[in-house]
Amino acid sequence: MNPGQTKRTLRINRQMFVRLSFFALLMFGFGYAMVPYYKKFCQVTGLNNLLQPDTVVSNTQVDKSRWVTLEFDANTHGMPWQFAPVQRSVRVHPGEMTQVAFEIKNNGGSTMVGQAIPSYGPKHGAPFVKKLECFCFKQQVLAAGESRQMPVQFVIDAALPASVTTLTLSYTFFEVPAADKKNASAPTVATGKAG
Amino acid sequence: MSTATHDAAHGHDHGHDDHAHEHKPYGMMRWVGSTNHKDIGTMYLWFSFTMFLVGGVMALIIRAELFQPGLQIVRPEFFNSMTTYHGLIMVFGAIMPAFVGFANWLIPMQIGAPDMAFPRMNNLSFWLLPPAAMLLIAAQFAPGGGAGVGWTMYAPLTTQAGPAMDLTIFAVHILGMSSIMGSINIITTILNMRAPGMGLMKMPLFCWTWLITAYLLVASMPVLAGAVTMTLTDRHFGTNFFNAAGGGDPVLYQHIFWFFGHPEVYIIAIPAFGVVSQVIPAFSRKPLFGYASMVYATASIAILSFMVWAHHMYTVGMPVETQLFFMYATTLIAIPTGVKVFNWVATMWKGSLTFETPMLFALGFLFLFTLGGFTGLVLSIVPVDVQIHDTYYVVAHFHYVMVAGALFSAFAGIYFWLPKWTGRMYNETLGKWHFWLSLVFFNVTFFVQHFLGLAGMPRRVPDYALQFAEFNAISSVGAFGFGLSQLLFLYIVLKCICSGEKALDKQWEGADSIEWTMLPSPAPYHSFTTPPTIK
Ligand code: HEM
Ligand SMILES: [Cu+2]
Repeated sequence: MNPGQTKRTLRINRQMFVRLSFFALLMFGFGYAMVPYYKKFCQVTGLNNLLQPDTVVSNTQVDKSRWVTLEFDANTHGMPWQFAPVQRSVRVHPGEMTQVAFEIKNNGGSTMVGQAIPSYGPKHGAPFVKKLECFCFKQQVLAAGESRQMPVQFVIDAALPASVTTLTLSYTFFEVPAADKKNASAPTVATGKAG
Repeated sequence: MSTATHDAAHGHDHGHDDHAHEHKPYGMMRWVGSTNHKDIGTMYLWFSFTMFLVGGVMALIIRAELFQPGLQIVRPEFFNSMTTYHGLIMVFGAIMPAFVGFANWLIPMQIGAPDMAFPRMNNLSFWLLPPAAMLLIAAQFAPGGGAGVGWTMYAPLTTQAGPAMDLTIFAVHILGMSSIMGSINIITTILNMRAPGMGLMKMPLFCWTWLITAYLLVASMPVLAGAVTMTLTDRHFGTNFFNAAGGGDPVLYQHIFWFFGHPEVYIIAIPAFGVVSQVIPAFSRKPLFGYASMVYATASIAILSFMVWAHHMYTVGMPVETQLFFMYATTLIAIPTGVKVFNWVATMWKGSLTFETPMLFALGFLFLFTLGGFTGLVLSIVPVDVQIHDTYYVVAHFHYVMVAGALFSAFAGIYFWLPKWTGRMYNETLGKWHFWLSLVFFNVTFFVQHFLGLAGMPRRVPDYALQFAEFNAISSVGAFGFGLSQLLFLYIVLKCICSGEKALDKQWEGADSIEWTMLPSPAPYHSFTTPPTIK
């Protein structure tokens, strides 16, 4: 060690080393603490509420004066599943309760669990698509060769800006990693929220 | 630099018979095992320069491909890998180690301490760097090539990238460990090892900026380590932090990354402020204007830097209230930054200015960093950023603050302290050439990128629409000019070490910190083994 250092400096240096290392560890933990905090934040503020039913706004007056086209898109991400909307698009009035359906089939050789993640376009139209019932609210289990029709029930909020005349609702199915399978058959929300 | 420190031990053998280092070990082992802050500082600086050249070659590959529209030279995957590793290597391999090198050399000499507080840990901090650099370079040869995910390493690209990603993550872990250990060393040295009479508010500003930076590092580096660890466990161990299918969220990654990332840009900038705050007073022959306000401004920049991270994420889809909060917080940082700029200008006011190379680089810093700060302010305005986020305007912004800011300040520091470190003077004419070439080519390279960005050219793409061709060609010519000019710098430094004229103990008339006033040039291998008394 350094000749100029007395025993006392050595001691307080070591103390400071311990304290600062502890602080660094704490900050490592803080990074992880951001995960639940972020989830909670999104839950409380209702941000990024992808995998939970939306609440219908109080004023559900059907706006008969205009039409909105909702287009559907279906994808799978690296899964041997066949996934398609039954109808390519629907024309609806804002405020009108509508039901559509999607079809999936497991073309793979074994039982698989998938989770659909919705996304919307254009971005500023997204908050106005209110899903009341969706297959994306829970994980889907399909045996080899099994197929299924699944409903989506939605309302387009009448507050949708008049400039938006077409909206796209797109789903992508992801395979659920083995470690994260939840009781997928249960009708409740099976995965944690994305938010 | 090595030969010169070498001289030092023989030239000025101070009375330090009470310990074993009277004669330095020779050859490789001296460097591998060295716990001497000057040796370690030298190694950091050479390592940094080497990485600067490696990252520079990557930049030139990028600019060569972008010289013309269309794909000419490299495949798009390789191009993406180049933008990624150029960024990582320049930030973690070149700029940060350069300033840690300065810290090692200067902090003990400026506060009158014999060495750093933990010399052996200091050695380890340095020797973690070469393996990390090796991993980053090895990632290029992993199956599937380098991970073209961008230096920000956003999920979900990173959770799906090839094996190169794992090497990159380990490299980031190691670099983080090195930085944290280095910072603990610096904080402890500054707080516990000052010579009698060297009060905190008497320290040269460079020490203050490093004290603050070291705290920023200890607070933010572990958060980055957490983010990449989560990526790693998402990739291999079935966790779902960022995997949407499993209930995670890729946007979460961005929040964690930028919670580290914005403090990181100040980790790069603040030591640069410190160097400039030593150089400008020396060549103005006046003390630094508003020393105390400089300390407070730096501290407030550091604190604010933890509250602005989402200005990198305006377009991820956040509520307008959140955007406004981060916009106001970001523009607030301009106030302490402005205080610093005005203080530097006021230091020069009515000073007896001379314009040797260090001063030229410091002035280049002052003008161009301020310009980069202004484009930062433009970017901080939400409706503007929504338009130009992820365009070349952002690329121009951060190169003004990181190259013309941090790198120019590092050049200023090297020219300024080279006489103290080596005992020899660099060639002033060549130094000025280096400055003017760098200044001109830097602006040729990056000024036009503002126009490209405003016209809508996206960043991180190997090909572009025809209307961007002219500005890209100009930018590429500038980049090659800038790169070649840096070889001149290498020549100047080597020439100075080998055959520079003898430097004076106090080479710069206006320099007043104790490494100039109390130590000979070159600084002896062991300095201040008995603490000096500071009046
Ligand atoms: C007044 C000071 C500053 C302000 C207001 C500011 C503001 C911003 C904003 C709003 C962005 C995001 C742009 C976008 O992605 O759309 C940005 C990007 C960036 N800034 Fe600054 N900045 C400032 C200073 C600095 C400094 C001092 C540095 C580094 C030394 C720096 C480095 C960067 C980097 C590296 C990026 C791009 C990160 C990336 O996306 O790869 N900035 N800045
Ligand atoms: Cu930032």
